[in-house]
Amino acid sequence: MPSSIDQMFGVHAQALQLRARRGELIASNLAHADTPNYKARDLDFRHALDNAQSDTAMQATHASHITHANASGHTSTLYRVPSQSSLDGNTVDSQLEKAKFSENAVRYQTTLRFLNGKISGLMKAIKGE
Amino acid sequence: MGLFNIFNVAGSGMSAQTVRLNTVASNMANAEVVSGTEQGAYRARQPVFAAVMQAMGGNHSNVPVEVTDVVESQAPVNKQHNPAHPEADSDGYIYTSNVNMVEEMANMISASRSYQSNVEVANTSKQLLIETLRLGQ
Repeated sequence: MPSSIDQMFGVHAQALQLRARRGELIASNLAHADTPNYKARDLDFRHALDNAQSDTAMQATHASHITHANASGHTSTLYRVPSQSSLDGNTVDSQLEKAKFSENAVRYQTTLRFLNGKISGLMKAIKGE
Repeated sequence: MGLFNIFNVAGSGMSAQTVRLNTVASNMANAEVVSGTEQGAYRARQPVFAAVMQAMGGNHSNVPVEVTDVVESQAPVNKQHNPAHPEADSDGYIYTSNVNMVEEMANMISASRSYQSNVEVANTSKQLLIETLRLGQ
């Protein structure tokens, strides 16, 4: 158990944010299943999590500095390689995206379970039960 | 907040598919409309979908759908020789719509499937949000 309460959640807090972000991307893909020239996108989760953990964001030390909007893994957003090309330039495969969406939802719930376990462990320690 | 944006995206997808279902309904309803002139004949309508591109620096992961236009089909309208028809022109021709029923049925099924998948996405996101709210209880 880490000594600081700030670090108690470990990787799971960032993982939860990235799972939500990935869900958002896949929801966009599904909504655009019939939009011509739309290219399906997904998150390179491992890369995004590494980025979020290494915390390499540049600090803005002056009011006119431009902040880099990379904190939530923008560079890890990649285009999906289509298995079948279509004439209208759309690369969304509805079945694949649905499967990825449910997989992401289950993994989101897994992260929630981990967080719940950590919280209930801490509560037990506080109450001394 | 990522999961809340899913409602925007899925909602825009549902409204776009509703527009598509609406055009299918009006095409099928007007399939048998008869006109005395070629210009007056009903032409099948189709919506044009596009992705809403947001300004630079914003959140690029949620891209809502928009219906940019509803275009009329360029297929030739049906011309029939029917002098007994009250709408017939001086040469005895009537003009009926260029609606293709088979295409419209396929379009309708595709639109309703896409609508359903958007509803499923919104439902799953709702469940995930509710579970997140219950965190630690």
